[in-house]
Amino acid sequence: MTSPMLFEPKRPGSKDIAWCPGCGNFGIRNILRRVFAELNLTPQEVVIISGIGQAAKMPHYIKVNGYHTLHGRSLPIATAVKAANPKLTVIAEGGDGDMYAEGGNHFLHAIRRNPDITILIHDNQIYGLTKGQASPTTMLGMKTPTQPWGVFEEPFNPIALAIALDASFVARTFMGYFEKSAEIIKKAIQHKGLAIVDIFHPCVSFNKVNTYEWYNKHTYWMEDHDPYNREEAFKRAIETDPLPLGIFYIREKPTFEEQVTAYKKDKTPLWQRKPKLEEIKKILGMKKGF
Amino acid sequence: MVEFKEDVSIVLGGAAGQGIQTVEEILTRVLKLSGYNVYANKEYMSRVRGGINTTEIRVSSKKVRAFVRRIDILIPFKRGVLPWLQNRLSENTVVLGERENVEEEFMEKITFVEVPFNKMAKDVGSALYLNTIAAGIAVGLFRGDFEILKEYLRKRFGSKGEDVVSRNIEAAEKGYNLGVKLCEEKIIGIDVKKDERVKEEVLLSGTEAIALGAIAGGMNILTFYPMSPSTGVAVFSAQHAEEFEIIVEQTEDEIAAVNMALGAWFAGARGMVTTSGGGFALMSEALSLAGMAENPIVIHLAQRPGPATGLPTRTLQSDLNLVLYSGHGEFPRIVLAPGSIEEAFYLTATAFNLADKYQVPVIILTDQYFVDTYYNVPEFDLSALKLEKHIVETDENYKRYLLTEDGISPRGIPGYGKGVIVANGNEHDEWGDITEEEDLSRLMQEKRAIKKLITMRKDAMMPELIGSEDPRYLVISWGSTYHVVKEVLENLGREDIAFLHFKWLYPLPDAVKELLEDKVLIDIEQNVTAQFAELLKKEFGVSVDHKILKYDGRPFSVEEIFDALKGVLE
Repeated sequence: MTSPMLFEPKRPGSKDIAWCPGCGNFGIRNILRRVFAELNLTPQEVVIISGIGQAAKMPHYIKVNGYHTLHGRSLPIATAVKAANPKLTVIAEGGDGDMYAEGGNHFLHAIRRNPDITILIHDNQIYGLTKGQASPTTMLGMKTPTQPWGVFEEPFNPIALAIALDASFVARTFMGYFEKSAEIIKKAIQHKGLAIVDIFHPCVSFNKVNTYEWYNKHTYWMEDHDPYNREEAFKRAIETDPLPLGIFYIREKPTFEEQVTAYKKDKTPLWQRKPKLEEIKKILGMKKGF
Repeated sequence: MVEFKEDVSIVLGGAAGQGIQTVEEILTRVLKLSGYNVYANKEYMSRVRGGINTTEIRVSSKKVRAFVRRIDILIPFKRGVLPWLQNRLSENTVVLGERENVEEEFMEKITFVEVPFNKMAKDVGSALYLNTIAAGIAVGLFRGDFEILKEYLRKRFGSKGEDVVSRNIEAAEKGYNLGVKLCEEKIIGIDVKKDERVKEEVLLSGTEAIALGAIAGGMNILTFYPMSPSTGVAVFSAQHAEEFEIIVEQTEDEIAAVNMALGAWFAGARGMVTTSGGGFALMSEALSLAGMAENPIVIHLAQRPGPATGLPTRTLQSDLNLVLYSGHGEFPRIVLAPGSIEEAFYLTATAFNLADKYQVPVIILTDQYFVDTYYNVPEFDLSALKLEKHIVETDENYKRYLLTEDGISPRGIPGYGKGVIVANGNEHDEWGDITEEEDLSRLMQEKRAIKKLITMRKDAMMPELIGSEDPRYLVISWGSTYHVVKEVLENLGREDIAFLHFKWLYPLPDAVKELLEDKVLIDIEQNVTAQFAELLKKEFGVSVDHKILKYDGRPFSVEEIFDALKGVLE
């Protein structure tokens, strides 16, 4: 095991953390440092690709490779990073708006593609960075500055959706439980295939409904749940109050990188390869004739 | 007798799904292997079946690589082809085909030679053999090598069994003999010389040249969302993905495609997207990310007319402004536009080295006309290609966005060296972390938008000058109009006119300005607002004197440019 301190950034820009005191993002950061160390990883072999939002600032507050990209776009980028170099441990991070609204289409198709990456969604059921508008997971009836009449659109259920699409690993946790959250995130990173972890944590500044207390009251840990049973998993996924926590569903299946033609014969990461000029020559030869 | 010398333009026309492409393929390949220079280009409608699609094939004693309006021999496979092509017909046009496929009003205007295709095909066994008969006739007219035609048919239909092969050969022979007979009976006279060297040349399309150039340039991942006319590059790459050991991925949308390509480069691989204007429009957000994060990327944009869906299967050069100015904020890019198959291959390969070196988007602009055109070219010199990777092994203190004099920060990648790479679409410090500090914000803007641009401009390629060094008239064009302008200037044969072909459109080297001074400038473009002329004005303060523009979705023909230039010169 390496030390969690190995992942403590010493860059000048890492000191001024933009998160609010009490935000669950701190807990997720601590979990990541610990889990990377437990998995004996080095900062050089981990990459965090993030979108936009407070959650997406993670690459700046940790010492691993990072790419802070565009709103909703972390998944296609993360998929390609893993495909270009399968030796890397790739994590995509963003909030509920980033992953489920702006990046909703990529979320669906990442599940279909099944790259061996981990998606961590910091789900606080509100847009924090833009000061409190409803997100796809905001609960019915919640009043916000831009939904003053109260939200009437049905909240997005990422867990049910992911199971419906036969995702490879689907879990939900709440940052009120540090140890259990760490365990789930560790399993997600270890899982071969796309691992989705929806992480509840309150927005202490803009969500006055879904507080730590609220989550404590309205969630429970699934006991005796068999994550390999899809029907059971789906039944749990559509429960609304209390909301189940834990690993809902696991489905072992081939990953994107395992199936692409590029790695069928050769496992060398793509960046270390040279163009196959002899194959070009062959094709040009064929183009002389028929 | 109608006689054709040196250069014959054959046009096939019929409904989508009628097999014109089969005829085209047989004809061009067999004639090339018989020693004739060939050129082909098609126009087609945006539909799966029906409508009218045509293909022009030029067969010539010398290399011809441009579209001509004139039709020497027309083979219509359905009624409606002649009215569709009426502006291209003359009394010298020989129409070979069924009487019922030629509308009454054209009988006076053309030379009609009745060929009972259907009856001949049924004699062989089925109407299906019509295409092979038509191909046979055309090969026969040129006295092409019948053995090669037979071998081709064996290869093409071999998997369908001996019966299909032998019937196709029978059909081809019937057609071939008829073609020979038409010449012997002096109904049609054809005098085109063969050249043994042509047999060893490669028959390649614009699409294939782009795809092969990308592979030669080290492309590891191609991502795309299907859109005419850019999809061919993905089709070709996908079909050869196994041999090339590359990833070709059809994504959920163009946004995913371009972001994947960015991710590939971030991790050290080389990614490309192939798209058209509408798809590129969706990519402009990621283009800005490439600019800010200094993430290399190569984008192939095969232009078609817009705005919006425009004319989906036709051609235009109207996306130059889109690629020059798309994306928000200020950052440089490189825009390339090949004019020939050879240029498409070498320039596309080079695009990857340029993207790697300057860490900017490199956009290759082609168009429908270009990607769908093919002709024979001498085999490429692969030894001339250099793979220039500009990736550094990082140390502990690696700074992704190190401020440098030339505006280029050494680029590390995850997992290579002791450092970590922090790339960022937010304004950042040298390490890649977010900053709102005023000095740094200014320095980073200057690094990306000014210093790097100056470096790129110094290395930019000069346009190709064809003709006199000090002409009175200078024709300017870019990209796919290269061969048509070249052929016109050869036909004009004047000493006082030269041609400046731009394949590197942006940034332009300073020395271009001198080339433009004290000359009558004639700008030739396929768009309605002369976008490249506007760029020259913006960059060098020069105005063109004449504009020859075309924007009906059809390519410029040799005749059109000839007439237009004559108008200017007289």
